[in-house]
Formats: sequence, C-alpha cells, structure tokens
Amino acid sequence: MDGMSLLTITVLAVFVGFEVVSKVSSTLHTPLMSGANAIHGIILVGAIIVAGQAGGPWVLAVALLAVVLATANLVGGFVVTDRMLHMFHAKREVGPQKAGTKGAKVDGK
Amino acid sequence: MSLLDPVWSSLLYLAAAVCFILALRGLSSPRTARRGNLIGALGALIAVVAVFLSARLENIPWILAAIALGAAVAAPVARRVKMTQMPQLVALFNGVGGGAAALVALLELSHAEDPWVRLAIVFTLLVGAVSFAGSGVTFAKLQELMTTRPVVFPGLPAVMTAVLLAAVVAGVAVILTGSPLLAVLLLVLGLVAGVLLVLPVGGADVPIVISLLNAFTGLAVAASGLVLGNVLLVVAGTLVGASGTILTRAMAAAMGRSVAGILFGAFKGSSTAGSTALSERPVRSSSAEDVAVLLGYAQRVIIVPGYGLAVAQGQHTAAELAQALEARGIDVDFAIHPVAGRMPGHMNVLLAEANVPYESLKEMGEINAEFKTADVALVVGANDVVNPAAKTSAGSPIYGMPILEVADARQVVFLKRSMRPGFAGIENDLLYEPQTSLLFGDAKDSLAQVLGAVKAL
Repeated sequence: MDGMSLLTITVLAVFVGFEVVSKVSSTLHTPLMSGANAIHGIILVGAIIVAGQAGGPWVLAVALLAVVLATANLVGGFVVTDRMLHMFHAKREVGPQKAGTKGAKVDGK
Repeated sequence: MSLLDPVWSSLLYLAAAVCFILALRGLSSPRTARRGNLIGALGALIAVVAVFLSARLENIPWILAAIALGAAVAAPVARRVKMTQMPQLVALFNGVGGGAAALVALLELSHAEDPWVRLAIVFTLLVGAVSFAGSGVTFAKLQELMTTRPVVFPGLPAVMTAVLLAAVVAGVAVILTGSPLLAVLLLVLGLVAGVLLVLPVGGADVPIVISLLNAFTGLAVAASGLVLGNVLLVVAGTLVGASGTILTRAMAAAMGRSVAGILFGAFKGSSTAGSTALSERPVRSSSAEDVAVLLGYAQRVIIVPGYGLAVAQGQHTAAELAQALEARGIDVDFAIHPVAGRMPGHMNVLLAEANVPYESLKEMGEINAEFKTADVALVVGANDVVNPAAKTSAGSPIYGMPILEVADARQVVFLKRSMRPGFAGIENDLLYEPQTSLLFGDAKDSLAQVLGAVKAL
C-alpha cells in the first residue's frame, strides 16, 4: 500500500478512536483501558510476520520473544478485561431491571 | 507459500479492524461492555488466522510454540490475579506489548531502505521502549516493590533532557545509516527515558500514567504497521493511541489535574510530593461500638470507599456491613469518586466483585447533593478525595480536584490506618472538625469490628 493511503487511513482511525470513547462514564474507565490494552496486543500479527521471515537463529530468537510478549499482551488483556466486566454483568442479572431505572433498588440478596 | 489470495487476507484484516472499533464502542457502555470485549477478542483471532493463511511464513512450529507459551503464562495469571492487583497486571501487559513492538521494529531495520520507513522504525523503537520500561516502573510502584512516593533527584530534568537529545541524535543516525548497533543504543536510551519519565510520578497519579503508556504502545504498534505495510496494525494501533489519549485526559480531568502537570510537576518541585509533617491538633478517636451505634440508628448512611479499602481488600466486609444496615431498614449507598481505588473505575469493579448491587453505586455527580440528607458519611480508607482543601486552599497540590462533599453529612466517620496523610501528602482539615470521629486500624479489620458491633445492637 502506498504512503498516501496509509496516511489517510491513519488520520481517519485517529478520528474514529476519538469518537468511539468520547462519552464513556468513569465507571468504565478501567475496563476500557484494559480492553484497549488488549487490542494493541495485535502487534502479535507483526511479530508472527517477522518470525516467519526470520533468517538466522538470532533473528528468530528475538522474533519469537516478541511473539511470546505480544501473545501475553493479547490473551492476558482480553481475559482480565472479561473478568472485570463479568462482575458488572453478574450484578445486572440479579436486579429486576437494567441500570438506569432508578428506585428499583434490589434490597439484600 | 501463501494459502490465501491477498484480497481475502485484506478482507479478513478489515473485518478484524471493524471488530476492534465495535469493541471500543461496546466497552464505552455498561450494557454492551462484555460483548464489546468478546468482539475484540474475536477480531484478534480473525487477524491471527489471517496472517497464518496469507503471509509467506517459515518457522511455523516455533511460532505456534511461542504463542502457546505466551498464552499459557498470561491466561492463568489474568484469570487468578486478585482484583486489587489488576492495575499492575494491566501495566505489565501494556509493557510487554510495547516491548514486542520495539523488537519487531528492531528486526525490520535490516529490510528498510526507505528513510520514511526508517523514521517509523525509530519511532516504534523509542516509544515501545519508553512504554516497556515505564510500565515496568509502574508495575513496581503498584506492586510496592519500590516506594510509591515520587522519586526525584537533583539534576533529573537535566539528565532527562540529555537522554532525549541523545535519543534524537541516535534516531537521526539510524535513519541515515541504518546501523543496527545504533538502533540498539536507541532502544537503551528509550528504556532509560521510560524509567526517568515514571520515577517522579506519585502513587496516586500512576493510573493516569498507565493509561498514557497504553496510548504510547498503541502509537508504537501503529508505527510498526507502517514499517510492515500492515493496515490492520496501523488501524488498531491508531485506535488505541487516539482513544487512550482521550481516556488519559478524562482520567486526569476527574482528578482535576493536567497530564503535563503529572509528568512534569515533580521536575518543577510542585508535585504530589507534599509535606509529611503531622499536625499536633487533637482528633476525636472512636471505638467500633460507638461507630456501630452511629450507623445502626441512622436513617441514611453513605459509604465512601477509597484506596485504603482496596489495599486492605475489605470490599467484601464493606458489602456485608451495607447489607446488615439495610436489614435494619437503613438506606445505604456507596459514593464512588471517579479515581477511588487504584485506577479510575477500579472501586466499581471491586464492589461489584463483592456483590454490591449496581444500583447502590453512585457516581460523584449523582451523590454529592445527597450528603446533606445523610446522617453518617462513613469514609473507609479514603482521604484526598474527600479533602476540602481541594476547594478551599488554592496553594494545595489537589486544588481544583472535584471531591465528595462528605463534610455536608451530619456525622463523618473516618476508618483510617493512621493520621498519615493520603497520597497527595497533605493534611485533611476535615479530620479535626467537631462532627468527625476516627476509628484507627486496617480498613478490613475495622469494618469487621463495626459489622460485629452492628449485628450485636
């Protein structure tokens, strides 16, 4: 792909990135950060490409290290985010209504 | 050999990119958050399958083994980590992602002739290394492997400036010569810069730094996409970079601070490193039984959980106390400051884990007007987020930070470990007010004592 198209895509992605998270409540700041953290683990794709084209053993070793690190970022990131969100989710199934309906306070358990 | 036509692999990458956008969008709303995260994971899976099917790869068994190793280490840790320790785990995952990006860039240098590509490599190396080392220091601070106070030494600004200048020179040299040795030097300079960047940041500001480094790693990944000519890496990295920047600003705003102030405040000597001198003024210290009577005969109690509760892992006891009080017909709510806990939103996660109903968790804007109607505000392990100095004393490091208006409640009870000031290192005048009483001790122990006394009423 030529440089101009890549630049176009980059600039558009910046705006999409700004837009999608612009109205997040502080309650979700931590899960959102954690989810975004998992997404950049996609550097795994880059690490796989480099490892797959590695010539010498040293290059391969470094590339495989990158694969291990990137996988840890990707897999660990999604798992820990899911765990965080699971707790919010479980809560809502207990309540009779979705959040937002005030007053419908579930007392006790 | 490649199994898949380039058009198909591009389409799969596009699908993955759309998944990531939907994931971030889903994560922004409580109702869709979990699904959003799963969509993100699906996108990642699509992308990894696509790269195996489309790129001309050798060493596939090695690569699969490396993936298995990474997943085998990370998944159990992520599944078992205590929710109180989750911020440092996120920092760690962020750091290794940055490290991976830097290594990818380092290895691509030998294929790069174009100066623009080399520029992208230099950027990835430097930012990835800063993110890796910075996250490492952040991890050490949160795990309390080192002091959580800002670490400042004379000449720090000069050293930082020298390192950054050297990095710029090394970067230009790498672009001109393509020398791998200089690239390694650049990597080392990036690591040093990352350490120096985070050392002067105080414990309370560390979450914001994690978010910032998260955005950094995103940018490094985007730049590595430019190096490899991989659109998916460009899009995903840029998305994280952009959304991470917004998120960092939102978090800093919730604490009434600027990102620049957090990073460079310590350099100027006006950081969160306040005085630790204790005042000699008298306080009213109280017993668990007294607190239980106050709570048990109130009509409305607002619990303000803070960092101390998270550290003592007292969230389950706090939830039990709330239930015991509700059983007595008392109206109980939790007032959540946006930065309570160790990360913004962390307290919500901890209390949700302890089965506190979602409806009882009130955000600051929602609850602040209600403190006037509360008989007791029970502050558990929080200090700076209820410190009136944020409103009244213009010289205070936390001046301008929005606080929970606990002073409006008829009675204020602090459960505190000691009279030591909070992270911001400044005294809380509220502790000396006539309507305030204090119960000293570990947050969890104190809560358990109060809970026992309430049940005995």
